Amino acid sequence: MNGVIRKLAQRLIVVSLALLMPGVSQAGQALTLMTHDSFNVSKEVIAEFEKTNGVTVRFLKSGDAGAALVQAILSKNNPMADLFFGVDNTFFSRAIGADIFEPYDSPMLAAIPDQLQLDSENRLLPVDYGDVCLNYDKAWFATKGLAPPTDLADLVKPEYKGLTVVQNPATSSPGMAFLLATIGKFGEGKYLEYWKQLRDNEVLVAQGWSDAYFGHFTAASKGDRPVVVSYATSPPAAVYYAETKPEEAPTAAVVSDDNAFRQIEFVGILKGSENRELARKFVDFMLSTPFQEDIPLQMFVYPANSEAALPEIFVQHSQIADKPVQVDPAAIEANREKWLEEWTNVMLR
Amino acid sequence: MKYLEKKLRRLPRDAMASLQTHTVLRWSVFSLPLIFLALFYFYPLIKIVLLSFFPEGSWQPGKLGKLVASPVYIRILWFTIWQAALSTVLTLLFALPGAYIFARYSFLGKNLLQAAMTVPFVLPTVVVAAAFRALLGDNGLVNDWLVELFSLSAPPIRLDQTVYFFLLAHIFYNYSLIVRIVSSYWAGLDPNLRSAARMLGASPWQTFRRITLPLLMPAISSAALLVFIFCFTSFGVVLILGGPGYATIEVEIYRQAVQMFNLPMAAALSLIQIAINFLLMWVYARLDRKSKSSLFSESVAGSTVRPATPFDRFMVIANVVFMVLLLISPLLALVLRSFSGEDGMTLTYYSALFTTGSQSVFFVEPIKAVANSVGFGFGAMVLAVSLGVMASSFLASDRGGKAYDVRFQGLRGSSTTVWDALIMLPLATSAVTLGFGYIITLNAPPLNFRDSLALVPIAHALVAFPFVVRCILPQLRQIPHSLREAASMLGASPSQVFLQVDLPIIRRAILVGAVFAFSISMGEFGASAFVTRPHTPTMPVAIFRFLGQPGEMNYGQAMAMSTILMVVTCSGFWLIARLDRSGSALR
Repeated sequence: MNGVIRKLAQRLIVVSLALLMPGVSQAGQALTLMTHDSFNVSKEVIAEFEKTNGVTVRFLKSGDAGAALVQAILSKNNPMADLFFGVDNTFFSRAIGADIFEPYDSPMLAAIPDQLQLDSENRLLPVDYGDVCLNYDKAWFATKGLAPPTDLADLVKPEYKGLTVVQNPATSSPGMAFLLATIGKFGEGKYLEYWKQLRDNEVLVAQGWSDAYFGHFTAASKGDRPVVVSYATSPPAAVYYAETKPEEAPTAAVVSDDNAFRQIEFVGILKGSENRELARKFVDFMLSTPFQEDIPLQMFVYPANSEAALPEIFVQHSQIADKPVQVDPAAIEANREKWLEEWTNVMLR
Repeated sequence: MKYLEKKLRRLPRDAMASLQTHTVLRWSVFSLPLIFLALFYFYPLIKIVLLSFFPEGSWQPGKLGKLVASPVYIRILWFTIWQAALSTVLTLLFALPGAYIFARYSFLGKNLLQAAMTVPFVLPTVVVAAAFRALLGDNGLVNDWLVELFSLSAPPIRLDQTVYFFLLAHIFYNYSLIVRIVSSYWAGLDPNLRSAARMLGASPWQTFRRITLPLLMPAISSAALLVFIFCFTSFGVVLILGGPGYATIEVEIYRQAVQMFNLPMAAALSLIQIAINFLLMWVYARLDRKSKSSLFSESVAGSTVRPATPFDRFMVIANVVFMVLLLISPLLALVLRSFSGEDGMTLTYYSALFTTGSQSVFFVEPIKAVANSVGFGFGAMVLAVSLGVMASSFLASDRGGKAYDVRFQGLRGSSTTVWDALIMLPLATSAVTLGFGYIITLNAPPLNFRDSLALVPIAHALVAFPFVVRCILPQLRQIPHSLREAASMLGASPSQVFLQVDLPIIRRAILVGAVFAFSISMGEFGASAFVTRPHTPTMPVAIFRFLGQPGEMNYGQAMAMSTILMVVTCSGFWLIARLDRSGSALR
């Protein structure tokens, strides 16, 4: 017989045997957390929980926040996990409306500021928050002798022509957050006017955060846009991940009043989970100081627990907005489609 | 041959049992691909479509209203179609000469070039966009060089966010598809025909136009169809390089499903996408049926020559230069970037990859990511090739129930056309739709694959096996039936006929299919929309992770990982090509 065939046959047998064993179950109890692709946590922190409770924590990463939530909703009759982390305030109403979480009045909520607790029934509990805002390249503005923008309204001024890159809200979470910031700041009647002016001022619309930041932002690429929509925590991240640690952050964030959009991320226990007690313990754990203090350097967002200490790099290079733009979650869910359509009509058609 | 034909015509029908005459055998060969398709494609697809249209059991046409009311969707559909068609035509234009030199000539560096040429296929779009921008962007290498050379005030080449940029990227991605499929087929054509034509006075161009080209049509149309479908279902390439104004249907499906949570609309668009491609594939299959079969070359191995005449040399050099410029230089730009740090050349990014810098519970050493990618890759490849060979045998053996006739090749039943088109559907289906379908179907034993590791190679194989079918089928159909008849007459059982007659002849085509199945898996086509077990990341996933946070170290490590991905894939191709060397009974 042909040597090739024999090899193929052997491999086929091996592969079919492997495929006949789906989902090998693990010895001991397992707790499953379903989340989005950007979730990160330290090994030691999780190991601590696993040891204390004699359980293995499994993670399921399911795409971006929106896609993961849709998957959780689709599987609600037969949930894939015990907990879901990653619902943010823009998808808040969708998650509540789908009725897939069960309430839990965690004692740890006492340490969390009231303005983060969007759900009075505690089906969704806040874990972290971040601000989507403009970032600018300090060196670029210094060289040109131009004052960097301090407000969203600056971007439509003639001296800032062709300097900004934003993301398409239809395909990007920070893009959506930025759109909501303009809606919250200028109001539903005037925000399109602002965007028309932005368009006239040659704003560049990129597909996603990576594309905007690593493709067009002057501080991170050979692009020519010194102003990008990113996070208030991007400057410390740029310092943390720099090749040689700089004294000052190379970029800065515009977090003045009414110019940043707050994104809060929530965790919830999925209805139908078979490990409810354990899930509750995990929620408490996620809101406790060890986990919360681990969050900044793993996910580059701020911990919700006000008692959690921030790492040095955050204190030095980052600032959270005192007065971020807020838009009612119910309004977001109801008008999302309309706003996206209107925006697309103005900007892309 | 003639004598055999006469003899065979006189023999009673049931004297020969072969795949062609044995209906039960035919269908049992097809059973495995059929079950696979049914379980992992049709079942999830139908369920998600039904769930989307009837969420609580009732029909809600309201959400679909926009589909007919708004001109937007017609525009998106039209854009998707024309950009795919144009991309296909352009790729064909550039790749056919390339296929020619690979089929006809042997030259220094041919194998390496062929391996390197297929590497673009596996690269994530963000990375490709970065490479293209590094070369051709407004501040890229070429522009910088031109500005300096001609003392210009502004960069002359402005491709960013234009149609041309993503068309160029489509050619970049799909060039090797056409070259590999067509050249493997071309090499198998009977050279005597060509020689005969030349001897009778035809010019080279006439020979090409009237003899070679018609004979090549099965392979060309097969490859063109694949390129069209890939470009049609393009997501990232068009968006990143063309700009967000250029949304294809695939993008719209994602938008509707995830952003708007309008599942009925997403499902409707998916169905439209499938329907259009189904129609195309059905038309293709019907046309293919009518094409004349070429005469089969006795030398299966094909004969390549060293370039001798000035024409030969010109063809080889021109094409190699083109390939290097279009295909290799962006890759080199990437590799270069992975070694360029703040103060010149450095290995920082590579060493960073191997140190446990992040302490994240998801941190996996790059070696493991490589191992995972390669493991899934070979698994998917074996699965796809096995299913592809079985499905192709079924499709090629359809006699359509007509009376026994040695010249049956022109008469194929219409049922084959339908199956042919159905098999291709996974390629043309939105990954988002299918991924959601898996969530609601593969959730109970014995099918609880939804969060299992096995789903990864299965999803990859689902996309890859239609591919393999397209590679193998044209060549399988070329085999004269008389050859099989002769074997049966000499006492071979159907499986022996297949193993000893068919398989050696289509061996090269199988290898082409295997190469692409491997690269589809390495490039994670479509499967990234599904649930993953994050402790077994593959290289593209690792690259995406790095590109999700600011910082030089992250970007550098993404480039380093991309370079590793390129090297691993190239080696994988080389290894697979080596299978061609062994077991070459007919050389």
